[in-house]
Amino acid sequence: MSQGRSPILELNQITKAFGGVEALRGVDFALHAGEIHGLVGENGAGKSTLMKIIAGVHPEFSGRFVLDGRETRFRSTRDAHAAGIGMVHQELSVAPDLTVAENVFLGNQPTNRLGFVQWRRMAREAGEQLARFGIDVDPMTRLGDLPIGLQQLIEIARVLFSGARIIILDEPTSALSPPEVERLFTTLHKLRDEGTSIVFISHFIEDILRVSDVVTVFRNGRKIAETASADTSKGALIEAMIGRGGETLEHSYTDDLMLPQPGGGSTVLKVDQLSLGRTLQDVSFEARSGEVLGIYGFMGCGQLELSRILFGKLRQDRGTLAVDGAAKTFRSTAAARRAGVALVPESRRAMLFHQEPVYKNISISILERISALLLKPVRERAIAQRQVEQLQIRPPVVGLDLGMLSGGNQQKVALAKWLTYPPRLLVLCEPTRGMDVGAKNDVINIVRDLRAKGLAIIVLSTEPETVLSLADRILVLKRGAVVREFAAEAVSKDRLLEAA
Amino acid sequence: MASSDSATSPAADHKRPRGLAPFLRSQMRNIAPFLTLIFLSAFFAIASPSFATIDNVGNILTQVSVTGIIAVGLTFVILCAEIDLSIASIANVTGIAVAYFTLQESYVNIANVPMPGIVAILLALALCALLGLVNALGLTMIGIPSFIMTLAMMQIAAGVSALLVRGQIAYKVPDLITTLGSGSIGGIPWIVIVAALMLLGGHLVLTYTRFGRYVYMVGGNREAAEFAGLNVKLIFGSVMVISAVCSGIGGMLGVAHFGSAQQNEFDTYLLDSIAAVVVGGTSLFGGRGGIGNTIVGLFVLGVLNNGLDHVNIDSFLKILIRGLILLAALIINVYAQRLREQAAE
Repeated sequence: MSQGRSPILELNQITKAFGGVEALRGVDFALHAGEIHGLVGENGAGKSTLMKIIAGVHPEFSGRFVLDGRETRFRSTRDAHAAGIGMVHQELSVAPDLTVAENVFLGNQPTNRLGFVQWRRMAREAGEQLARFGIDVDPMTRLGDLPIGLQQLIEIARVLFSGARIIILDEPTSALSPPEVERLFTTLHKLRDEGTSIVFISHFIEDILRVSDVVTVFRNGRKIAETASADTSKGALIEAMIGRGGETLEHSYTDDLMLPQPGGGSTVLKVDQLSLGRTLQDVSFEARSGEVLGIYGFMGCGQLELSRILFGKLRQDRGTLAVDGAAKTFRSTAAARRAGVALVPESRRAMLFHQEPVYKNISISILERISALLLKPVRERAIAQRQVEQLQIRPPVVGLDLGMLSGGNQQKVALAKWLTYPPRLLVLCEPTRGMDVGAKNDVINIVRDLRAKGLAIIVLSTEPETVLSLADRILVLKRGAVVREFAAEAVSKDRLLEAA
Repeated sequence: MASSDSATSPAADHKRPRGLAPFLRSQMRNIAPFLTLIFLSAFFAIASPSFATIDNVGNILTQVSVTGIIAVGLTFVILCAEIDLSIASIANVTGIAVAYFTLQESYVNIANVPMPGIVAILLALALCALLGLVNALGLTMIGIPSFIMTLAMMQIAAGVSALLVRGQIAYKVPDLITTLGSGSIGGIPWIVIVAALMLLGGHLVLTYTRFGRYVYMVGGNREAAEFAGLNVKLIFGSVMVISAVCSGIGGMLGVAHFGSAQQNEFDTYLLDSIAAVVVGGTSLFGGRGGIGNTIVGLFVLGVLNNGLDHVNIDSFLKILIRGLILLAALIINVYAQRLREQAAE
């Protein structure tokens, strides 16, 4: 497929360090026209960093950057854009207060000769583009009013139809439902056949194998292998990624899994007839001590709102909450924390202080317990050090700024802040999203430990694997209502998807 | 993954960015204002023989004292990534209030309400705390952005001032205030001592208390603070009250220092205080900086204002020069933030 043709993009011996921590060490990478190139690797392996170099986000690096046979250097994302390179970043970057059409044409709105925006033309063309992608929305609605999955699709559509000849997609499918993923793949194959080059980063190895022509594996800032997708398998890729024997580490969850009989744990949380606008309708359930309750549903099913209500960040319209039998109305997140509820949100940006050292990130939720008025930095560091060792956070230096850690390790820090004084109820939103196999396993083990200690744990996820790997009992949420409960029975990915 | 990471790179490698250049870049926020201060001091010392004298250092200290007292509270607010535009007006109304509750000479034509000195001081403090509380409630309960809320408070406080003095001038304030504002002990003006103590107090609170840590964390990432279960509204509210009370103290001592209480007396202190905090390198985006930065900023402004009087320069040009220095500081402030974000990526 790529033999004999010279690549349109070629990188040689790329090295990039962030404040002394090397993210890339002498990486070679080549991209050919009309090729879909999959990238796999654990968190912190250097995939995203390499892609950000290509997209002009990181202008400083060492090594050769050759585009169309000429050595080039981008000074900014604007340069990359002008050279026909478009990237969809892992984190959603849209303007929620603008209309769908404005988002699709962000940065190049059609104007008439006087420089006025041609609204009607913009709306029509945006509508046509999105329709090609199978998205049927009114281009004049406010983007922020749409479900997150749809917002992500629209962001992807913007880049796909921007005319870019090199398109980079960093974890594009994490917020998408299966039919949406199908549509994306169809479109990607069409674009490839028209000659566009696409880089596709994902933790879903099945997706990579299905969609890409070539796969490159990264480990620890180095390129480990490059192979045609047809010549490899999931097990081989996982082995290359983590450097130790593979297949057993990740179940595919296609076979039936038996959920255990409910234990005799006491009811920690009782939710009754919870409703919020159009997003939640009469949601009732219980969470018991020593049990992991999984709540599964597609993006936009109301999970996020539910988690916010449990932690006092949103107020329900109707319905009641009771913790340990006492009815609660949380006026603030602080009130929820004091009642013994803890939440780890789905976005790293929302749960961590990137410019502060690791130990401050860990101690933030327990300062009230360890210091009345004056801080006790020695104790703080000692507590943090213990958590860092227990959760195997790397590098194990509590004084390091959090931003220097890789994503998976940051996520462990977010969890660590709740573990010194375990809460009664721990709510985890997408605890393993964007994580590699090794880190996922670490999180699974941490959660099982906490369950053994008698915590009530709620795991909310849009990934069936996450729920299946963690939960003892599973609720399926669909358009804001509980449509199915799986308890003490056989469950599989198929059954979950069917119910949702 | 954890194990493979640690195998290839010993922990020592990760301690800090290596080399002097990255360190200096990450510390630019603190270094640039300090270099500015040294540069300005050296420049004026060479340009004017009367600048670098013990007497003049005393002058500078006295001149920055009122700004310094006000800037303590403002530092808290800016660390939270908020702003308080009502500081000068609250200083003014508190200064006027303490005079209003003090017996004035018979030729002062103000319908005032004389009280014992200590009561007058407590009433004035209660007034500024109340105004700060109104700011706090507007910000947290109603959700008005601090910029707009304190803009309204600026007018409200100016309005209360106007109603109290009705265009007249009051002169007398309680003895304690007179001493602290214009007296001195062992040759050191009390006002300098008060400013130094308040700056020190502010520094201790920000650095060594739980509340201080919360201020930095909320300023660094408000959403994350909320998800960590902090009472973010309580922290925002507290800093607004602290700011108002610091302004009020500055206002009372300022009135004693100037020897009179009248309308619009503190107008220049709004920009001076904001300038001192920002020139010193405290981030306008919150979470970075502190009282140490504010002190350097105060001295930069103090040396600049004082030094320009010592050299032969068009007094109208002074205003332009001050503006340019402030602009330069803002550029450095934003630039330092960007460098830091890059380093943390």
